[in-house]
Parts: sequence; C-alpha cells; structure tokens
Amino acid sequence: MTNRFGPEIVERELFGKVVIAGSASGNILRLSAPISFWGGIDPETGLVSDPRHPDFRKSIAGCVLAIPSTIGSSSSSAIMLELVRQGLAPAALVLGTVDAILVLGVIVGRELGYRALPVLQIDQSRLQTLPQDVNARIHDGGRITWTA
Amino acid sequence: MIELSPKERALAAGELGPSRAAAMRILTEAADLMGADRLVQISSAHIDGCLYHGDGGVEFAEMLAEDGNKVSVPTTLNVGALDLLHPGLVRTDPHRYEMARRQMAAYVKLGCQPTWTCAPYQAGHRPKLGEQVAWGESNAVAFVNSVLGARTNRYGDFLDACCALTGRAPMVGLHEPAGRWATLLVDARQVSPQLKRTDAFYPVFGTWFGAAVGEQVAVIEGLPADITEDQLKALGAAASSSGAVALFHVAGVTPEAPDVEAAGGGRRPETTIQVTTEDLRDVRDRLSTTTADRLDAVAVGSPHFSLQEFADLESLLEGRRFSVPFYVCTGRGVLQVLESQGRLPTLVASGIEFIVDTCVVVTPILPEKGGVLMTNSGKFAHYTPANTGYEVVYGSLADCVASALTGTVTRDESLWT
Repeated sequence: MTNRFGPEIVERELFGKVVIAGSASGNILRLSAPISFWGGIDPETGLVSDPRHPDFRKSIAGCVLAIPSTIGSSSSSAIMLELVRQGLAPAALVLGTVDAILVLGVIVGRELGYRALPVLQIDQSRLQTLPQDVNARIHDGGRITWTA
Repeated sequence: MIELSPKERALAAGELGPSRAAAMRILTEAADLMGADRLVQISSAHIDGCLYHGDGGVEFAEMLAEDGNKVSVPTTLNVGALDLLHPGLVRTDPHRYEMARRQMAAYVKLGCQPTWTCAPYQAGHRPKLGEQVAWGESNAVAFVNSVLGARTNRYGDFLDACCALTGRAPMVGLHEPAGRWATLLVDARQVSPQLKRTDAFYPVFGTWFGAAVGEQVAVIEGLPADITEDQLKALGAAASSSGAVALFHVAGVTPEAPDVEAAGGGRRPETTIQVTTEDLRDVRDRLSTTTADRLDAVAVGSPHFSLQEFADLESLLEGRRFSVPFYVCTGRGVLQVLESQGRLPTLVASGIEFIVDTCVVVTPILPEKGGVLMTNSGKFAHYTPANTGYEVVYGSLADCVASALTGTVTRDESLWT
C-alpha cells in the first residue's frame, strides 16, 4: 500500500499465551512441516539437519521460530538445551501446540544459568499468518509485533 | 496451577538441598505444562538421561549430583554412550569419551543402580500392578505400563532424573486410571495363527501397531494366550519406535485386560482397526532398506537380549562359527549370569561380539566402512539407517543366525506367504 508520502507502514500484531515469559526480537522462520528436534536439528550448528524436512539447512539460531507442531522424541529436550548452551537457540519460540519436552530444554537451561528464551503458544490458524523472514518483536505479556 | 503438599513446598524451598530444589522447580514447571494439578508419589524410576547428546546433559547431571543428594526412590539406569566393560569398542574422540564417562558417573553418584540396560524389567526392576513409577526409554515405558501394569508417562531426559530425586511425578495421563483405558480395538484375529506363534511376528506387528495407533491406548484382540515376555518386549519396542505408544493392552494376556471390555474401562472401544497377514507382510518388507544378498554384520539385542534369548541363540548355533561379525547387545547383569554358568566361552568362540552398557545404534561401534546390517529387532531396523548409515535387513533370529554363518542373507519366507 502506498499513499502520497510513500509506502504505508502498518504495524501488525498477534497475541500468544505466555509459556515462558520474556521479550526478544528476530526474523520470523515459520517451519512448513512438523519437526523432531532430535534428529531434525543439528545442536552443533543450529541448522535443520533432516534432509526430508522442507526447511532442510535453514538456521533456527537467533530467529523467532514458529513451529506448527512437533514430533515428540523424548531426547528433543537435550537438543534444545545444547542449542541454548551454545548460543544457537532461536530468539523466541512460537508453538502451535505446547510440547512439554521441547520447553523442558529451555527450563533446564535457565536452571543451569543460560538465557531463557520466551516461548509463546498461539492457535495453528493464527500462527500460519506470521510472515516469513520479517523482523518481529516479542513483548512481555505475549504480544508479537511486526511491520508489513 | 499446580498445588504442592507441604513436603513438596519444603523440597522446592531448598530445605533438603539445592539439587532437590532445582529438581522440584523443573518438575513443577513441567507438570504445569503437562496440565497436571498435583504431583503423585512414585516408588521407582528408570533414568534414560545418561546417554550423551552433548555437554549440557553432563552439566545437568553434575549439577544434580554436586551437593551429595541421592535419588529418593530405587532407580535403574538406561544405556550410556560407552561400553564400560569393553572400553575399546566405541569409536569416539577423547572429549566425547570423557564427557560420556562423566555423565554416566554423575548418575551413579546420585545413587542410581549402574544397570546400564534398556531392559531393566529383565534385570530385576519389576514394579507391581498399579504402582506409580517414573520411567524413561520408550520400550521400557511400554513394557512397565503394558506387561507389568505399573503406571508411568513417557519421561525423557531431565524429567526422569527430577522425578527420581523428588520421588514425585506429574499426576496426569497414564498415572490416572481413566487415562489407561483403551479407546481403540485392534483386531488381529484374522492373522495366520502359525505366524503369530513365531518370534518374527512381534517386531513386525509392533511396527504396524505403532504407526496405526500413534499415541492412543489400544487393546489388541487375537494374540495367543501363551505369548512370551520376550515377544511382548519386542512388540512394545517396535510400537514405541514407529509411534508414541506408551501403553497397550492384550486381551486375555496383560494384567489390565482380562478381556476387551475391562481394558476399555468397562466398555468396548467404539473404533476397531483390522489387521491382516497381508498388511504385516508389507510392513515386514518396509523394515528392510535393501534386497542385497551380501551381509556385513548382524546385530541383535534391542531391547537388550535376555537369558531366554541367549538360550534360543545357543540352540540355533549348535557350536558353529559365524563368518561375519555378530553383535549381541545385552545388560551386564545377563553377561554376568552367562559367565557364572560357564556359557560365555562357547558363545565367544562362535564369534559373538558382546556389547554391554550401550548398543550399536546409539553410539558408534559398527565399522565405519558401512554396509548391510541384519537384525531381528524392529527397533534396530527402524533406527539403523539414520543412526549408523548402514542398510538394514529384517529377519527372524533363526534367519540372522543362518545368514551370519554363511555371510549371505537367507530368510525363511514360508511363514509370510
């Protein structure tokens, strides 16, 4: 959209349910298929490592990672902890369904003194409206904002 | 929000040491996420968190063990990333070796029993019907819930140790009576009775079952009443590899299923899935990733080989010698019994490579050159290609022995046609 002053800047927002509180910002990466962190994310690089996953080789480090759904390997919490420990974790997680195993990695990381990333839960349908590769801010209280 | 008892609040406040307080904080937060409104006291634990995935797991275990606190309930340990009795077998760099060793040592310092087995239920750890426990390792969870009738959810890394330290678990899911009722009936009555009498049936059926039922609790109708413990073990291990199966009932066999109605909490499940011999033949074919004849190695013992399975192997072997490496993964407890009974020298002379405390699919043991691995385990068949780079062929134990004697894949097809 443009007007006589140039492109119109529109601030968009969504509200998520706070799972782990905090604020953060980063580019949105919305995964296009369910993922198991164990076997699906390389804890040494932060890259999607499952060749069958459509987002193969994309980096989840430092981004606002939106995951429609996870596949529950019980070792995924260990992979999440490794990412947190090595500074390769996403800036924030936005989950379609809360996966206690994945969030456990964040909780244990915080207990060990590493930075806890904010985790939000948001309905699948609204999660799908998050645009790809746009900078977003996660605010305290669960508000997600970006400009479109 | 979760409600804690006075004793639990005292634990969380650190009155019994910082490690128990940390465990209680983590457990409470996880219990909230799982939707529990209280914790339940447990009588035993099985910890899966001793397998090395990275240095964070070591840091966590050492944090818990630092203040000298011990687990509150009898606790066994699942496999680690090392064979501590045969240290040269695992290919690893010095850093990984040292960290894997420290991780295993920290859990022993916490007072856990160094069983290092994925079949703790065959190493004397057998909770009774209705007991509340907290177990990790998917096959062990399926077995303890289904075959022994004890009650646990699937506890993975970190949470298993927090439950063991605090003696508590989130009161939700399979800890609750109604969470254990079958909502699905699997009708296996049409499958060939001859096939159901063989060991080779159970890993294949388990693989089909896991994919068909996912996370649901199902009751199976039409399995033989004299099904063995090792067959149930194979079924559960395969089902929890292909699906998130934590509990299954077998009508007329498992303790919570005297019949289909009882397994369903007093009523027959509304949904029924039929399974046929043809369905299972397709699943069996898909368990193998190659049709090559040449064989590079055989691996059995996932879950860890039992004494009964060793007896079966001995009678198939008849003292002959294998021409390709034949790995048997088992618990150190089973190895000890074989040794004390004088059975070990004959098995070693036949060319068997014993792997204890770990297994060939979770840590690098198989020769790096790759090739074709044959197994009788649904779980090995599932994980071998991704974890080891080997092609895999599924066959019965008799097929594995016959093939390893000649170095050429031979399978008895008569049962499946």
